[in-house]
This record gives sequence, C-alpha cells and structure tokens, in this order.
Amino acid sequence: MAVVREQKEFSMDNEVISASEDEEGSDDERKHNKLLQAISSLGGKRRKNQTERSEASLQVSEFLVNAEGAGDKIALSDLLGTVEKTPGASKKTKKQLRNLQNRNETLQLPLNKEQTEKIQRGIAYEKSTQEVSRWQGIIVQNQKAEQLVFPLNQESSRPKPVEQIVAGWKAETPLEQEIFKLLNNNSQPIHDPVLTPIEEASLKAMSLEEANMRRAELQKARALQSYYEAKAKREKRIKSKKYHKIQKKAKRKEFVKQFEEMMKTDPTGALEELKKMEMSRMEERMSLKHQNSGKWAKSKAIMAKYDDSARKAMQEQLQVNKDLTQKMVTISDDEHETQEEESEAVPDFVNDVEPIVDAVNPWMRNRIPREEPEVICVTTEQPQTVEEEEEEEEEKNEEEELLADFQRKRALRQADEDDDLVPVPPAEEENNTGEVAREEVVGEDVVNISDSDDDNDDDEEDVSQFNTLFRLMSSEKAREAPAQTQEGREDEEQLLDEGHVRVRTVEDLEALGEAEEPQPSASANTSTPQTATSEPPAKKSKEIDLNAVLTKEAKAIKVPLMPAVVEDDEERDEQISIIKEAFAGDDVISDFLKDKRKQEEAGRPKVVDLTLPGWGEWGGVGLVPSRKKRKRFRIKMAPPPPRQDKKLPDVIISEKRSASVAAHQVCQLPFPFQNPKQFESCIRTPVGQTWNTQSTVRKMTTPKVVTTMGAIIEPLVREDYIKDKSSIPASKAPAIFLEDKSKGKDGKRMSKDKHKGKESKKRRKI
Amino acid sequence: MAAPVADTAKSAHVEKKNKKKPVKRYWEVTEETGQKRQDQDNPDQTTSTKDTRPLKIKKTGQSQSWKNDPFPGEAPIPQKQLQKFQRGAKHKVPAGAHGKLKEAIVWSKTVSELAQKQAARYDLLLPEDAGFLEGDDDEDTCRISQEDIADAVDITSGSKYFNLHLTQFGPYRVDYSRTGRHLLLGGRRGHVACIDWQTKNLTCEMSVMETVNDVKWLHTEAMFAVAQKKWLYIYDSKGTELHCVKKFNDVLKMQFLPYHFLLATASATGFLQYLDVSVGKEIAAICTKMGRLDVMSQNPYNAVIHLGHPNGTVSLWSPNQKEPLIKMLCHRGAVRSLTVDKTGTYMVTSGLDRKLKVYDIRAFKPLHSYFLPAGASCLSLSQKGLLSASTGDVVQVYQNVWGGNPVSKPYMAHRVRGQVWGVAYCPFEDVLGIGHGQGFTSMIIPGAGEPNFDALDTNPYRSAKQRQEWEVKALLEKVQPELISLDPTQLSKVDQGSFEQRHKERVEVLGYDPLAKEKFKPRTKKKGRSSAGAIEKRKRKVAHEDQRDVIRQTVEERMEKEKQQKEKSSESKELSKKSALDRFRKQGK
Repeated sequence: MAVVREQKEFSMDNEVISASEDEEGSDDERKHNKLLQAISSLGGKRRKNQTERSEASLQVSEFLVNAEGAGDKIALSDLLGTVEKTPGASKKTKKQLRNLQNRNETLQLPLNKEQTEKIQRGIAYEKSTQEVSRWQGIIVQNQKAEQLVFPLNQESSRPKPVEQIVAGWKAETPLEQEIFKLLNNNSQPIHDPVLTPIEEASLKAMSLEEANMRRAELQKARALQSYYEAKAKREKRIKSKKYHKIQKKAKRKEFVKQFEEMMKTDPTGALEELKKMEMSRMEERMSLKHQNSGKWAKSKAIMAKYDDSARKAMQEQLQVNKDLTQKMVTISDDEHETQEEESEAVPDFVNDVEPIVDAVNPWMRNRIPREEPEVICVTTEQPQTVEEEEEEEEEKNEEEELLADFQRKRALRQADEDDDLVPVPPAEEENNTGEVAREEVVGEDVVNISDSDDDNDDDEEDVSQFNTLFRLMSSEKAREAPAQTQEGREDEEQLLDEGHVRVRTVEDLEALGEAEEPQPSASANTSTPQTATSEPPAKKSKEIDLNAVLTKEAKAIKVPLMPAVVEDDEERDEQISIIKEAFAGDDVISDFLKDKRKQEEAGRPKVVDLTLPGWGEWGGVGLVPSRKKRKRFRIKMAPPPPRQDKKLPDVIISEKRSASVAAHQVCQLPFPFQNPKQFESCIRTPVGQTWNTQSTVRKMTTPKVVTTMGAIIEPLVREDYIKDKSSIPASKAPAIFLEDKSKGKDGKRMSKDKHKGKESKKRRKI
Repeated sequence: MAAPVADTAKSAHVEKKNKKKPVKRYWEVTEETGQKRQDQDNPDQTTSTKDTRPLKIKKTGQSQSWKNDPFPGEAPIPQKQLQKFQRGAKHKVPAGAHGKLKEAIVWSKTVSELAQKQAARYDLLLPEDAGFLEGDDDEDTCRISQEDIADAVDITSGSKYFNLHLTQFGPYRVDYSRTGRHLLLGGRRGHVACIDWQTKNLTCEMSVMETVNDVKWLHTEAMFAVAQKKWLYIYDSKGTELHCVKKFNDVLKMQFLPYHFLLATASATGFLQYLDVSVGKEIAAICTKMGRLDVMSQNPYNAVIHLGHPNGTVSLWSPNQKEPLIKMLCHRGAVRSLTVDKTGTYMVTSGLDRKLKVYDIRAFKPLHSYFLPAGASCLSLSQKGLLSASTGDVVQVYQNVWGGNPVSKPYMAHRVRGQVWGVAYCPFEDVLGIGHGQGFTSMIIPGAGEPNFDALDTNPYRSAKQRQEWEVKALLEKVQPELISLDPTQLSKVDQGSFEQRHKERVEVLGYDPLAKEKFKPRTKKKGRSSAGAIEKRKRKVAHEDQRDVIRQTVEERMEKEKQQKEKSSESKELSKKSALDRFRKQGK
C-alpha cells in the first residue's frame, strides 16, 4: 500500500480493482463486469486525453502533461479504504471519516457575497471594539482628571542632575577630544558612578554582614508569619463550637494575664487596652447580644422549665452579658488615688490624654487653662450690676443668660404687681369684675404709669384701675409659695426701680406667650407656674390679636439726662398728639387689618361664573338662572398656598413673584443634578477673588486642559498605557493629581519615567 | 460694691478708650482643637504600639521621620472660626447617585471646604478688636462726660471730640463718606459744607440760598447730592453744581446704595425714586400712596429701602415692585425714625408713641420694645451694633439692644446745645456725628466702629490714585438694580416658577408672545382666484384646524384615561377574583 500511496495519481483505478479483488472472491460475475468496465474506461480515457506532439518545440506547456485519471471524481470511499489499512491513522479520525461516509447530506450552498460580508463586518466590528475598549479606562480617567497638561511627555524644566547631562554629552571639538584622550590614557574616571543619596546612605549605614543578618532576620520573620497565617486559617476552619469556646476562654485568660503584666510594665499600653475593653463594654451595652432575646435564647427559655442544661446555658449567657457590661476597675486603688490627688493639685489640662505630644508641641505646651467666668450668680435685681453683666455676657453661656433673663423678668413682673397692690382697695374687686371683662372685649390698651411718672397722664389713671384690678386677681391666683421668699428682695428692687414705667394691660398678659415667641427667654417664661396659671391653655389656640401684639410690654429705660425744656410748647403739643394717637390707635389697627384683608382677598383666586341667564330656560324679564345651573357653571379654583404672613398679624408680605430676579435665575436644572437642592449646594461657594483667598481662587479656576504654545501634541502611544492584553490597563488614576486627595488611587501610578515632568509640575502647583 | 478699694478710686474712672483685649495667642486655642490634635495624634501612637508588640519588623525610616515632625499635619483651625465662614449647608451625596452627579457634588464639597478653611486661616489677618468703655464699680458709663473721655485717651483720639458752632443756618443733617474720612453737613437754611473731619480741612463750603432737606455723599467723596427746596442737586467736592435733577422734586430724605450706584429719594409727594448715578438715569419711580415720606433707611444687607409712615407702618421697597415687599405695623403713632443694622437682621424703629422697638426683619417679629420717656427722634446704628437715639437735645447710645436681656440703661449719653436733627456714625471710627440746631458735635463712642476694614472695598487711608482705581473696579462690579430683592441669595437658587408664570413674564418683557401661533393668512393668487369670496372659502377650509387639534388632544387624553381606568379595574378584579380553593373557606369569615 505504501507504494500505492506514493503513486496516487498514477494508478487510481488499479487500486480500486485490487481492493475489490482482495475483499471478495465470491462474486465472480460482478467482479468480471467490473473489471471489464474498468478496462474499458481506462482505454477510453486514455484515448481521449492523449495529446500528441505535432511540432517540435522547445517549450512544452506543463498543462499539456496529463496524469492518468485526472479528470475523475474521487469518492470518499476511495480515500477511506486506504485509511482503514494504514496503521498510523488514529481511530478517531477513522471513525469520523466513516461517519462522514455514511452521511449522505450535500454541502450547503455558500452564502452569497452580501451576507458573508455582513458577517465579516460583524466580526471585524467586535474585534475593533475590543481593541478600542481597551482605551476606555484611560479615556474615563482623562475625563475625570481635574487637569490635563499637553503635550503629555514633557521634559521637566527643572535643573537636571549633572550626571544625566554628562551621560548624553560627547566630546566634539578637537580640544575636548584631546582632553578626553589624555584622561583616557591616564585612566582617570570621566564621571563618577551615579549613586542616589539613599543608596549612599544605605551603603554607609551597614556593612555586608549586617545586611546579611538583617536579611536573615527578615526571612525568618516572613516564614514565621506565613506559619502563623496557615495555622490561623486551619483553626478557623474547624467547625466545632466547643473547640472555639475553649479557645476563647483560654485566650481571655491569657489576655488577662498579659494585661496584668502590662499594667506593671507599660501603663500607657494598659490604658489603651482598658479603653478597648471599655469600648467592648459599650458595644455590649448597646447591642442585644447575650440578653436572651435571640431566637436560640427564646427556644431555650421554653425548654428551661424541663431541661436543666438549657437553663444552664441561659444562665451562662446572662453571666457573659453581666461580665461584659460590668465596669472595669482594674487599676489598683492606690494608683487611682494618686491620680485623684494630682487632679486636685494641678489644673485640668495637665491630665489630658496626650502628655507626650504636648511636651514636644509648643503650640500645646503653653496652653493656659480657660478662665471660668468669675461671677456666675448675677443678682439681676440690682441695676448697678447691669454694666458688669453686659461685659460678662460674652463669657456667660447661653443658658445662664436665659436663666438670668427669665429671673429678671419674673422679678420685674412681680414687682409691678406689688406696686399695684398698694393703691387699690380690695373692696372694689368684686364690683369691677364685670367691667373688667367688658374691658377685655373692647381690647383697648391703657397706659399705666407708676407713681414717679409725670402727672400729665392723670386722666388715664382711672381707666387703668380696672386693669390693675384684673391683674391683681390673676396675680393672686398665680402667687405661689416660692414667690414669697423673693418678696423681700423685690421690695428693695421696687425702691431702686422707681423710675420704671410699665405699660401693660390685660391683653398683654394674654399675648405674652405668643408675642414673645421670637425671644429665647420665652421658653423659660412659659415654664413658670405663674404664667401657666394666669394663661389658660385654651387661649393659646385663639388667633393672635393685633392689639395685643402692638401693646407688647415695653421696657422702660431710665435716661440720665432728660431733654432740656427748651421747646416746652412743642413738647406739650407732642404730648397731646401722643394722647390723640393713643386713642386713635384702634383706627390705625383696623385700617391695617382692612388693608391686609384686601390683600388676602386679591391673592385668592376668584370663582369663575359661566352661567348664561336664559340659557336652556324660558326667557323673560327678571328671570334668574336656577341655582342648579349656577352651581354647575361656577368653576372654583384651587386655593392658593398659604400666605407667608398667615401667622404674623402685623405684617403684610407681598406674594408677588419678583420677575426681575427670575430673569437671571437658572430655570432648568442642569444635567447631572436631580433636584434643585443639589444644584444650589454646588453653587453655594462663590468663585471670585472678593470672597476667597488667592490660592482658593486659583484652585477653583484651574483650566481643564493646559497646552504649551507651539508644542506638538502627539496622540497617546499605546505602549505607554496598555501594557498587556491580559493585564489591566496600566493606570486608572487621573494623569495629573492636583491634590493628593485620592488615597485609594495611590497604588496606581503612571509609569514614572514617562511622566516625571507632569508630576514635578503637580508638585510645584501645590 | 459697698466699699470700693482705694486705689481703684484713685485711678482715672475712664479707662483708656481703645483698651484692647489681650491679643488671642495661639496657645489659647479652644479645647476642641486640642481634642482634634489629640485625635490626630492618637492613631499614630496606637499604630506604633501595635507595631512593636507582635513582630518587631516594621521600623522604617519613614515612620521615624514622621515622628520627628513635632507638628504633623495641618495646623488646626478653631471650630468657631470655621463656622464663621460656613456658606450654606452641605449636601450629602444621595445614595443612588450616578457617577457624574457624585463627581459634581464631591468636587463642590471639596472646593467649598477648602475655601472655608482658607478663609478661616486668613481670618488671622484681622487682629484688631473693638474698644469699650468701662466704669468703676458703682459708676454708670452713661454718666461719663465726653470731656473726661477726651482727656483720658490719647491726643489723636481725644481730638475726635469737637464741636462746630454753626448757629446761623439752623439744624444740620450729617453724612459721612463710606470710608469715614469725609463729613458732609447740610444746614436747614442752606449751608452746605464738606470737611475732612480728621484733619479739619474744609474741602468746600457754600450756601445754596434755599432750604436743604437732606445731604448725601455719592459713591466717592468727589460728589454729593443735596435735596433742596424744590429739586435735587448734585455737586462736586469743590462745590460746583454738576446737575440739577428736576425729575426729583420735593425730596425729603435720601439713601445711597453703594453697590448698585443708586440714589434713592423719598419725596413729600409720596414718591420713592431711584436714580442710577453711574448712568444718570431714573430707574424707578414708585408712588407709595402713603403720604409724606420723611422717614427712610436702607438695609445694607439687601439694598431694600425701608420707609416709615405717619400711620405707624414701616414698608419695605425694591425698585422692581410697585407695591411694598413688606408692610408692617410697628407703632400706634407715626414712625419717627428707623434704622437697620449692618447684617440686615435687626431693625430699630421709634414712633410717636414714645416707644423704641427692635425687630428681627428676617422673621418680621418684634424682639424688644422699650419705652423712652420722650421718644426718639433720630436713630442710627453703628457698624458694631451700638444704637444712638436722640431725644430733644440729648443723644443716648445703647449697647446690645437686641441681646437676650432688654436694656435698661444707655451705654453713653451726651447733651448737645440744640435740637438734634441728624445722627450718623462714622465708619471705622469710634465717633458719632451729631447735627443739631447749634452746629455739629463729634462724639467719642468707644466700640462703635468696625476695627478691621477691607482695603479693597473701603479704605480710609486710600490715595487719590487708589480711589480712581477703586471707582473703575466698583463700576465694573456694579450690581444691577433688578437684583434687589428681600433675599439677596435668591440669584443662586433655581427658579421654581411654573412654565405659565415664566411665559407670562417673558411676554411682558418682550411685548409679544413668541410662542403664539400665527394666524392663517391666505396667499394672494393671481388670475382672479384671489377674490374676496375665494379667500373666504380658503379660510373656511382651515378654520377648524385648531379646533380639531384641540378635540383630537382631548379625545386622546380621554382614551388614555379610560384605558388606565380599565387596567386598574381589571387589576382590582383580578385581586378580588376568587380562587378555586376559596370554596373550602369557612363561611363565617
């Protein structure tokens, strides 16, 4: 067969014959026929393909040389026969071939040109996208970069080290050459071997032996670490709970022992540990761990009645909790005492946690303990101390201020009440109550002036009596036991405060709570029992009365210099006008209220009435559209949002939109933002120099791209950025760091030699 | 208090005027920062201890150098200072934010934090503190006379107390220039004078031979406006008449808005007018319909003008709105005077009902109400928040009027010779200028002026050249009058008006509706096809187009609605549908 294989083309047909001969000898007839056929076909072909040379020529075309049976078709079976017999062919291929033979499917038609091209394009696209998408990282990073500096590979303008320059330099001029020749001949070193200062330092620092030792040490440490890690891993994998429990216990014991030791040797470390313990204690206290509240615990609780072990387990849990939440008093008592003594002897700041650093840090060393405000208890009743107070106010904290304020107010009010107590005979009380009530309804405020004031307000006095009466009643209701203790002081104060003029009415009392809302002291005020009793809670819900707000309690001011009586007539005129104003006051208020109502009315959307009289009804004179119709064709608008001045009785706020500013405002939210708040917070810091320091402005206005004039900006070179197909793109960090704010990005730096220039630039920026 | 110590009695009862508080030293940093530093240092220590315990490997040179640095990290900034420069609230990155949004927010956050920190650091460059006056134990500061103060303080400061006797031309109005160097006096009977009041150099002096209602410096000391009997006049520093603005008549009071270059005038006829002095145009003329306007003040924070009225109301105005922004009822009598503090937080008013009221004009609520025996005719607030109120011929100065405790006594008081007509604090100086019937008095008020000035904005020591430079810059940075509104930060907010509102405004501004559909106009055709009848026919063809559009839209909407409803109902049906197993349920349920 080997022969056959060699001369394939030569005796194709013979093989067929021989093969068939070998196979079967039984079918003689058929064999004979076959033979005949073969012979005939052989002869025919030969004749047909015979070419004759008719002319002698030098060149004979190779195509004229014909092999036998060249035009014949080859069936797979032809090949297969030979394969079967070849010993070298693998079974697999044989099998495959046999399968092929058995299958009598025809090959499909090749796809037409368009389709193949389409498929090719698809594949090409995929490939190219793969190629291009490798740049994705760099592109994103460049987009994110705060600043890009082009051209990318800039030489730094810094002075280079001499060695670098020398290395690239060659002797050119004859003089230089001569010098170099001399140097060479004398074997002088042309330039020193370049050593970085660190290398030099390290060279100086240790000898070879030392280095060896150190290396060995490191090696050992590394080995130990790896052992340790392996051990830990192994132990971690153990699933037995009991084992872990035992382990934990052992660890704890060990730890306690260590801790005790540490207390002796390293107190600061012990403190640290103590803190940690405290921390764990806190965590335990916060969490529900070991509180027998979990699933397991609950199941155990059910079991505990019957099962002893379950009960025990629960007990254990609780014990653990108790242990963990217990406060540590591990420091020995005497030590504690000494500390206490120290704290008594030395000011507070000495006991701060960081004495070491403080010792080094001159900023902290000279720190002086903050001075406490010397006087805390302020006797508010005494007017002499007012000046002091004013100066101390800065130092006083808010609470004290509030407290003082509140105290003073209460005292003043009580003093006032005491004032009123004197002139009014108690018999009149009951008679006047009805009148007082009426007074309240009218809501007119009256000026009440104490004895020292001018006499020109006498006519108002009688009116004020009602007022005082009412107040008296309420005050008597309100009086409480603690107030009595203050009375002594109040009397003093009364003497001192003789000049005070109090303008207060019934309405004031009502309005106090509401009108004084903006004052911080209001909260303190309302908390007193006095106001609580005098002001029933039902009245709070009542709408605020403008009268009441206007006649808010006015603090009288003592003026050392009274105005000269130069313009006596004018003064009197003024007084008259004041009185007039006082009585015409209600008119002013009602005017204002009317105005306000009008404004509100104007702001309210009107009901649109679309009824057509006579539509769908009989006509005639004096016909009114039916109520049903009117109801149907009346369109009510949605109520407007509540007015801004809804709760401010003495204010009218215009609800008109200011169109002039709106023209300059941003009306559509810019792209990345999802709500106005985000956007507003992003533009809250102004950029200009007026509001910022120079460096901030520079930072805020750094250009996104910086190019140098005249320099050619080359496209990115692939090798610089994409190292390997397998590896991740070289760097994901932005090309330029303006600020080293990115901690996570530190690991990914660009290849250093390429971008030295940029980095140096960045350094300069900072 | 009962027995004052002898040596205190001996010492002058007036302390040195500008008694400075001891400068805050770096070691007096508040505790917070100290804590911070500890926090900063702590991790270092813990790490080092950690390192030493298990394996003694890590002891690189780096950590060594780190330890060598006695002040690692940035110098701490006190929290108080940081808070001073806080701008708005931080916005957290929302949970589901995409990359770009996150980036934007983070960037803005870092930048604003940096700005805040830097500003707080630079705050170190404002070392001056305001002065104060301190009496002895049982002495009221209001009893200390000006002569005593002038004697006690240094010569330069002492020379700031002086009187100008100008008896002829009647009560004077006073105005200081923004830098505080120049003083403008306007006598009611026509005397106008400019003085460099520190050197007492008279820049110009003239008599306008007319009633002078008010005087005001314009943006620099080179020009000033005088409201005379009939018109408004503008003079230069030499007294040359530059303009007579006849559009502004019967002006009673004036205010100058320095950043807008606007001169706001209030007239006897009830008009509030704005004059842009940079271009010389009238910006707005508003008829307030509230009668004679002789009480006026400006809010330096938002350039809103406050007017006081005879019916006890105070109204707030911007040039962009024909009606008051706010109208508040403050007094039962007429409002006599009002003033607003530098930060625009507080307003102080005084009325004929002899009350003095302090308002918080952010919330429009009264804070305190004081009763003055004779009321206050002129009010003025200093840069540091001292209030001066004049009653008749006495000027009282109050300290801390809006603090937690109501004031019961003036801080200082002074009697002048005549009825007080105008009161003004000198910026950056502890001086109160009082114009009265007998001339002018300059009064020393320790702690009135702002000790630190912004040299780029208002430099009291600037030269002529610097002034010119500043003028150009200020003109370039002029704020347009449209931006005056109650909330000056409104510009940095997103306009949340509806489309219709905005469209309406746009139409108003443009004068036509840019979105309006054009009316169909048939083309003219030739050969007699454009006859009136043909045109009508063609019009009729398209007449219903619009209506059709509307109908189509409504039908579509309705269909959609129905569809939705159907879906809903089907859903609900499905939910309510009984399952096969429901039949096994108990009937009772």
